[in-house]
Amino acid sequence: MTLAIKASGLTKAYGEVIALNGIDIEVEQGTVLGLLGPNGSGKTTTVRILATLLQADSGTASVGGFDVVTQPDEVRSVIGLTGQYAAVDEYLTGRENLELFGRLFHLSKFDAAKRATELLDRFDLSDAADRGIKGYSGGMRRRLDLAASLIGRPNVLFLDEPTTGLDPRSRQGMWSVIEDLIAEGTTVLLTTQYLEEADQLANRIVVLDQGNVIAQGTSNELKSQVGGDRIEIVVESASDVSKAAIAIAEFGSAPAITEDLTKTILLPVAGGSTAIVNIVRKLDENNISIADIALRRPTLDDVFLSLTGHVTENTEEAAGPAKGRRGRRGRG
Amino acid sequence: MSTLTTDSIKEATAPRPRFGWLITDSIAVSRRHLLKITRVPESLFFALIQPVMFVLLFAFVFGGAIDVGPGGAQAYREYLIPGILAQTVMFAVAGITVGITEDASKGIMDRFRSLPMRPGAVLTGHTLASLLQNILVIAILSITGLAVGWRINNGFSDAALAYFMFASFAYAITWVGAWIGLHMPNSEVAGTAGLAWIFPFTFASNIFTPVATMPEWLQPFVLWNPVSCLALAARQLFGNPTPLLGDSFPERYPVELSFAYCFLLLAIFAPLAVRAFKTRNK
Repeated sequence: MTLAIKASGLTKAYGEVIALNGIDIEVEQGTVLGLLGPNGSGKTTTVRILATLLQADSGTASVGGFDVVTQPDEVRSVIGLTGQYAAVDEYLTGRENLELFGRLFHLSKFDAAKRATELLDRFDLSDAADRGIKGYSGGMRRRLDLAASLIGRPNVLFLDEPTTGLDPRSRQGMWSVIEDLIAEGTTVLLTTQYLEEADQLANRIVVLDQGNVIAQGTSNELKSQVGGDRIEIVVESASDVSKAAIAIAEFGSAPAITEDLTKTILLPVAGGSTAIVNIVRKLDENNISIADIALRRPTLDDVFLSLTGHVTENTEEAAGPAKGRRGRRGRG
Repeated sequence: MSTLTTDSIKEATAPRPRFGWLITDSIAVSRRHLLKITRVPESLFFALIQPVMFVLLFAFVFGGAIDVGPGGAQAYREYLIPGILAQTVMFAVAGITVGITEDASKGIMDRFRSLPMRPGAVLTGHTLASLLQNILVIAILSITGLAVGWRINNGFSDAALAYFMFASFAYAITWVGAWIGLHMPNSEVAGTAGLAWIFPFTFASNIFTPVATMPEWLQPFVLWNPVSCLALAARQLFGNPTPLLGDSFPERYPVELSFAYCFLLLAIFAPLAVRAFKTRNK
């Protein structure tokens, strides 16, 4: 296997605040690694070190086979970076921005113009190409920013919270664009605080918390750390609840939980989808009518909660500024 | 068409000397800043209006009270314009300080720094664009000067040397502004700090009043002040009144000293600024 990104023992402190506490990351060529964690967990610091914008206090890192400290120019010629905020010039048009970055990538005038047109088409920005960025919507700016990071046809793409602050529709749009890039074989390191996003886009996920890697694996592996699947059954009649629970107990990996009020039975199962078929058949044999049945897989929210003992920052903020033990610490 | 494409791609990917990249990168970046000026023409308008106001104020309001020797008001106007040109070049530095700070705190700086461009080009491009704007302002100001009675009394070559000197000084001094801008936390602070050092250099000089009218303890500073040297050198080259204090070194060799200052400023502040740019946020 070829590693597109390899980092080991990266540390970084801003004054007394430790942003990275010795992390290791490996990303195989052509795969997508999701770097998941709340604000201040060290995601952005990691990306900035790998993209040669920041120097680590200790540890080594290479991108595309080049050392980020001793061969920064070589690294820069194989990477693309899209940050949390659109890194484009407000006063220039979309086309002018892309041509500027193309020229700075040392494309000829002709190629820079051609590449700009290509990317504007691809990201659905042709109509707005010759308008100033000031008039662009948030989603359009992000798409232009992503286009700008693709000017040099990078082998390795860093996406630092590419959809933070976007409305759901623009987010879906960004996702499909990113999925296309991934399909073309670009190696991607994606940071996000949206568990759903990592789930959707990444092959492997590294969970960061307070500058440490606290877990890694595929989305499914992480979820199974939390516990298996559960089947949630809602029956038509409240009197059937306990009867149903007894009938299907044999398929469960643990005793069922019943709730008479909501007419719901929750059954932990080992083999998710096969269990559903058996359960439906069994309930039918017992003449119990089902109002609803669903397979519930644990979400990455559950994963985060079980790994760190606290939920992600978003939820925490919504709950009020309680705890205080996780203030803002350096850059995300 | 297809051959053109392959050829130009080959040319683009062929390794070019790094110095060549510095030039092409700088041109690309300065083009960005010039485009910006065309998008916000107000900035250029106010950059022009301020020195023109100064010319009018000093020529018609304060000038009568300042004595630069025989010739009265006409002599003062001839004395004034080279001074205003020096002042304009100084004030323009505040603009680049704010511009650099603003840029450095924005995401676009990350984009520049993640590109395989020459890092220094971000600054050379910015300073070159600022120079072009300065040249335009100097031209407009000279025309205003001619309108209020300023005259170029020496030959073409002396005048050309004077303008070349202004342009050189304008370029060199923007590097001081760039260097300061890279140390400022935000554009508000840059706006005040960027002007703070400019005031003493600009006004404790001979640009509006002869050195002889100032207290003796201040005179050495005023004489050696690069702004005074620049104004005095320009007056000599344009053939305008030069009321001298004595025959100190800066009064005897103002042109040579002005070019020496240009060289020193560039030699010191350009590398400092490039280093500050590279290490900012590291």
